[in-house]
Amino acid sequence: MSVAAKTLGHLDKLEAESIHIMREVVAECERPVMLYSIGKDSAVMLHIAMKAFYPSKPPFPLLHVDTTWKFREMIAFRDRRAVETGMELLVYSNPQGREMNIDPTVHGSQLHTQIMKTDALKQALDKWKFDAAFGGARRDEEKSRAKERVLSFRNAQHRWDPKAQRPEFWRLYNARKGPGESLRVFPLSNWTEADVWDYIAREGIDVVPLYFAKERPVIDRDGMLIMVDDERLKLRDGEMIQQKMVRFRTLGCYPLTGAIESAAASLDEIIAEMRASRSSERQGRVIDHDGSSSMEQKKQEGYF
Amino acid sequence: MHGGLASSTPPRSAGGPSPAEKPLLRFITCGSVDDGKSTLIGRLLYDADLAPDDLIAALERDSKKHGTQGDDLDFALLVDGLAAEREQGITIDVAYRYFATGKRKFIVADTPGHEQYTRNMATGASTAELAVLLVDARKGLLDQTRRHSMIVSMLGVRHVVVAVNKMDLVDYSQEVFAAIERDFRAFAAPLRFLSIALIPLVAKDGDNLVHASEKMGWYAGPPLLSYLENVALDDNARVLPLRFPVQWVNRPSHDFRGFSGFIAGGNVKPGDIVRILPAGRDTRISRIVTSDGDLAHAVAGQSVTLTLTEEIDVSRGDMLVSPVSPAEVGDRLSAKLLWLVREPLAVDKSYLLKLGTKTTPASVRKVSSHIRVESGLAEPLSDASATLAFNEIGEAELWLDTAVVCDPYADNRETGGFILIDRVTNETVAVGMVQQSTWTERSPRNGVEASYASMEGVPTPPREAGPTPLRSLVKALSWRVPGSLVTFGAAFVFTDDLRVSAAITGTEIACKIALYYLHERLWSRFRIGMKPTDDAGL
Repeated sequence: MSVAAKTLGHLDKLEAESIHIMREVVAECERPVMLYSIGKDSAVMLHIAMKAFYPSKPPFPLLHVDTTWKFREMIAFRDRRAVETGMELLVYSNPQGREMNIDPTVHGSQLHTQIMKTDALKQALDKWKFDAAFGGARRDEEKSRAKERVLSFRNAQHRWDPKAQRPEFWRLYNARKGPGESLRVFPLSNWTEADVWDYIAREGIDVVPLYFAKERPVIDRDGMLIMVDDERLKLRDGEMIQQKMVRFRTLGCYPLTGAIESAAASLDEIIAEMRASRSSERQGRVIDHDGSSSMEQKKQEGYF
Repeated sequence: MHGGLASSTPPRSAGGPSPAEKPLLRFITCGSVDDGKSTLIGRLLYDADLAPDDLIAALERDSKKHGTQGDDLDFALLVDGLAAEREQGITIDVAYRYFATGKRKFIVADTPGHEQYTRNMATGASTAELAVLLVDARKGLLDQTRRHSMIVSMLGVRHVVVAVNKMDLVDYSQEVFAAIERDFRAFAAPLRFLSIALIPLVAKDGDNLVHASEKMGWYAGPPLLSYLENVALDDNARVLPLRFPVQWVNRPSHDFRGFSGFIAGGNVKPGDIVRILPAGRDTRISRIVTSDGDLAHAVAGQSVTLTLTEEIDVSRGDMLVSPVSPAEVGDRLSAKLLWLVREPLAVDKSYLLKLGTKTTPASVRKVSSHIRVESGLAEPLSDASATLAFNEIGEAELWLDTAVVCDPYADNRETGGFILIDRVTNETVAVGMVQQSTWTERSPRNGVEASYASMEGVPTPPREAGPTPLRSLVKALSWRVPGSLVTFGAAFVFTDDLRVSAAITGTEIACKIALYYLHERLWSRFRIGMKPTDDAGL
């Protein structure tokens, strides 16, 4: 066979890089965990983990930080994928938040995110003493993420210091840390939204059906189409449930995630629609718009 | 609906390569403060119509709040991501941007200009194939430009584009541009770049970024974007000799023992003979295992799992290499170092050195030279207490507690680059490039025993080395010669015909030498019936 027999495409290179990162962290850290948020990025990350350690199972559990406000279809999908892959699935919700009955539509998105996501994540990592957590965040998603290292160091209080990040050279990751300190690891750092969908199509990866257009019950709230996923969503004056052909470009908590009107019901159609799109991916996420640098602030406080 | 979709993946584009198959160019932009790097990237994305609408809307909002361009859009705000950066109008850390044109995919690392943040700039350079160096046409080459050229060259970037910006402020003068070009080419000659291009431009107005400038008709070359789309890239990693640093031993059950890693050079296929370093033992590749099925061939840049034909101890930090041109094994390194933290290098202090997948304690015995950024030349130091301060570059001698497998950095970026880590703060304090390595343990086998012993705290008994192929061959001959004489004698007694007897004997010699050799090699692979001490350490 000739040397040039196989040329590596862009997706092959990204996949090889992600696999290398995962193996490196598993080799150097004591208790890694994979944050599984059920979306398309998590789907790709889990798929790559299954490849990275084959024929072994990935030597870490999945952790889902459940805000209790996820779409029902996401939860069903999560449980099914855990069974299919044979991965151990840990689910954690902030018990104080549950007691307080935190409702993003009542308490606001900022408080909800702080208590049910940021605090919950820190509690979960402390509870199981995880020293490295894989996350599916990509640098092309948001400006402060564009600045983050592949291995992002967190102090014992889980804080990120964007002004003093460790330098990172070539493929040499410094995974060393003191007691209580931990790492957030982003194996998909260099992937774009387009890469993720191209890879999902190439590999035949299963994703939550909410990404595909379908008639769904939605209301128009503050310029966003919010899906009425259960009876907890209280209609305000003048709001009316409509059936619309919609789909989601990103998935989060249902009252905070805007749907887009779309007829794209297949992977091909989604990819075509994304390529023609004039807006960025996270436009539909309420929590990103609490101020131009709000993601950076959340990250400093320990948000993934 | 969805299940069916996921299980079948119809080809998406009937004609032409799919967008996912475009070649990828990773490049870095660097320059001094206020050279306009962020403006350049922002404007490039804007002009090439690659920035999403809601980001442009946010840009319009932010331009009014923090902008430095009056009522115009401040394109730098499109890329300066951290709040502190936008407040202060400077770039602190490297920002990665992703865009694609019809021809290529790009990952651009926009890096800080301040010398204080050199380590962040070096971080961006280490994964780049090409560097865009910004120069202010009014100022010409600055020390910072030379410093950046040095660092990108040191970190392995082989192609540079010098973007001579702010040409509007020198009246689009061809003479000014030509003088900068002469200066740069003279300075860069020893830095061994494979290609150098200079482009005159005005980033804020978009001249020669995406569209050719009407104001600089004297410039015949392409605008920046089309240069980046077309520059020829060398991907020579796969023609290098095989380098496979073992990252993780994959052992799901007693029946399977694979070695996972990223191919850092060359290519590999089942049946290939490979050498395990530092042990120095040769063996054969059995399979290339992936979850999509075994591969017939794998090349540099792939993450794979290899299995060997023999049960041999191989661990993380070992390397499988080509036996024809093996890597070096050494516990003394001479290397170039870039010091990254405020606390200066301490001679003789124990740091951790990480090279490939191997981490070992190491100390710097001597800083032998400083490299001057203005000239790129090494200045020898005789003072034994010489050290390196924050952002300084020098050559140093390192002593390692255990030997590492490496190559000179000039030969392979993956196996010749290393970092030093502080053992208390866990900070990455230096980045280094191997120039030369030596092994103080003369005999490879002794070296191996010593390192295993020191790892486990117990001496390891000497191992019985298996027979070498040459020994098997000599044994086959010494057995065959008397055997064949007897055959010839017997045949002559029965046939009484010299020619027939000779023919029988000749055939027998040829067949049986080969048979015996194969038989002996086959047996040498099995340990069944060997004394247990022979397996110690394996």
